[in-house]
Amino acid sequence: MAGGGRAAGALALATLARRALHALLLLIGVSLLSFLLLELAPGDYFSEMRLDPRVSEATVRELRARYGLDRPLPERYLRWLASIARGEMGYSFAYGQPVGPLLWPRVRNTLLLTGTSTALAWLLALPLGAWWATRRRGPADAGLAGLTALLLALPDLVLVLGLLLLAVRTGWLPAGGMVSLGHEQMPWGARMRDVALHLVVPVTALVMGTAPMLVRYVRAGLADALDAPFVTAARAHGLPERRVVFWHALPAAANPLISLFGLSLAGLLSTSLLVEVVVSWPGLGPLLLEAILARDFYLVLGPVLASTLLLAGGNLLADALLLAVDPRIRSDA
Amino acid sequence: MRVHARLPLALAALTAAHVAALAAPFLSPYDPTEQNRTLPYAPPTRVHMIDGAGRLHWRPFVYRMARRGDGEGYEEDRRRSYPVLLLARDVDLAGAARVHLFGVEEPARIFLLGSDGFGRDQLSRLLHGARISLFAGLIATALSLGLGWLLGTVAGYYGRWVDSVLMRSAELFLALPWLYLLFAVRAVLPLRVSSGQAFLLLVLLIGLVDWARPARLFRGIVLSARERSYVLAARGFGASDLYLIRRHIAPQTFGLLLTQAALVAPQYVLAEVTLSFLGLGVSEPTPSWGNMLAALQQYHVLVSYWWMWVPGLALLAVSLAYYALSEVLHQAGSAE
Repeated sequence: MAGGGRAAGALALATLARRALHALLLLIGVSLLSFLLLELAPGDYFSEMRLDPRVSEATVRELRARYGLDRPLPERYLRWLASIARGEMGYSFAYGQPVGPLLWPRVRNTLLLTGTSTALAWLLALPLGAWWATRRRGPADAGLAGLTALLLALPDLVLVLGLLLLAVRTGWLPAGGMVSLGHEQMPWGARMRDVALHLVVPVTALVMGTAPMLVRYVRAGLADALDAPFVTAARAHGLPERRVVFWHALPAAANPLISLFGLSLAGLLSTSLLVEVVVSWPGLGPLLLEAILARDFYLVLGPVLASTLLLAGGNLLADALLLAVDPRIRSDA
Repeated sequence: MRVHARLPLALAALTAAHVAALAAPFLSPYDPTEQNRTLPYAPPTRVHMIDGAGRLHWRPFVYRMARRGDGEGYEEDRRRSYPVLLLARDVDLAGAARVHLFGVEEPARIFLLGSDGFGRDQLSRLLHGARISLFAGLIATALSLGLGWLLGTVAGYYGRWVDSVLMRSAELFLALPWLYLLFAVRAVLPLRVSSGQAFLLLVLLIGLVDWARPARLFRGIVLSARERSYVLAARGFGASDLYLIRRHIAPQTFGLLLTQAALVAPQYVLAEVTLSFLGLGVSEPTPSWGNMLAALQQYHVLVSYWWMWVPGLALLAVSLAYYALSEVLHQAGSAE
């Protein structure tokens, strides 16, 4: 049996490796496509400069030559790939430095925001959805149906502005940014608390934006599982209801939920982009917006690729979870 | 049943919103770009029936708004009343005569939803903004679903390398979170464009970027429809591809087409609002719900002037109506 287990484990790893390779190919495809797209764009950082009468044509030409913008397209793409390998990811003209060091803190902040939100949304959705699945009629059912419908229809922009209003009005929470003034001087514990307080508004917006859909899926999946004969059998054995729901029915409903985890990440990252800009959370969103407004193309490519990487990583995580939970997936390799 | 009961309400709300948007020049009392620099952030004008002396007027009237002596806020100048005129005539900024549903005589102003920072009438801006925001969403929906339907059907029907090429490119488009994708493509387009161009640009951008999601759905349906026995039979009788798609395959996709339309239309309205909110879409002075809401990025506006939230409430109402519609369509679809 041990040998069989090892073989299954190897198969699972092979499946995962294949998925990772697929993700890598996608990433390369996206990089090529977005690079080509941005090269097609009329004008660049330096052509904006040309509007300034004090800057001569020759200066602009010289600047373009210095940053290699006068080279043929394939060479520029390869140079850019090489600079990704060095961790530079091209050069930001507006900041006058490589993109990489600008990007990584932003990726970390976006990851902190979206990671916290996903975790909280699921922690909320699982018990709430399970509770809902056991109450299919009555005021609780109608109330949850109405509430989730309202939250699903609530536009993200209105939601985050509303939360911001609440924060500013009550003064209980910081209204924007990620840290307070003097954050650097605080002791370690106070710093954590400071960031946590700044997280409340954006995380609440993201959780309220994501959780309703999760709750509905958890409820639907569990409702189906609770109708299955093995649940009736478990109940007939006199097992407590809580054990029946979480121990017997939930694992049976787990597969689509794990797939949902992967699928919901794209929406979460999109919403996060908007939320970050509105509450000035220093993540990928504000950086991308700033880069677009400055027509700083390598700086545009950074967040775009980073978001693809985050999404691919999340999907890979979902695949790994699925493989761990469901042995049937391994055999279809 | 409960869900179906909401259908007439949702349809009525959506129709009303779109008709109001189309009739904006007639329904709005002022030009949406007309400024009153002496009346920034004026609260909604109160419409009276009874004057200071307790006399009842048969025709509703308003008082002129004036800044309070201490410079904080506004008060009504009760010395003279201005009756609300129906079918009021005035001359627009270009000098052409126009008729509005209602209005008051100058120098009084009727701002039923208050005014913004430039003293522009919020109601007029809301109505004109709806033209851009609602119709950008609607046209983008038609574009996106049209393209998605076409490519999905082609991929599902012809299969083989056509299918592979189309679905691999769909994967590329889906590898990015969609707002990032939208921004990346927006980055390529020129920043400073006139409002008409901006509208066109947004519609094309939103409509063409999101083809991959619907294409996948339609491909799935077409794949199964292609193998139905009556389709195979028709093919056996020598029916052409075009005939098969038109008569047998396409009708099976219409249900999904409608459900998807109700689902994505509010998302695309929101996409226009988001882009304009962030300064990447329709720009001042042309109103869109997005650039109207952008005023809320200043904290004093966010907190002090509730009427600046009106585009957000309108957006919420439209979203709810579309959502109710999509639920009804979804239920009807799954009941089949």
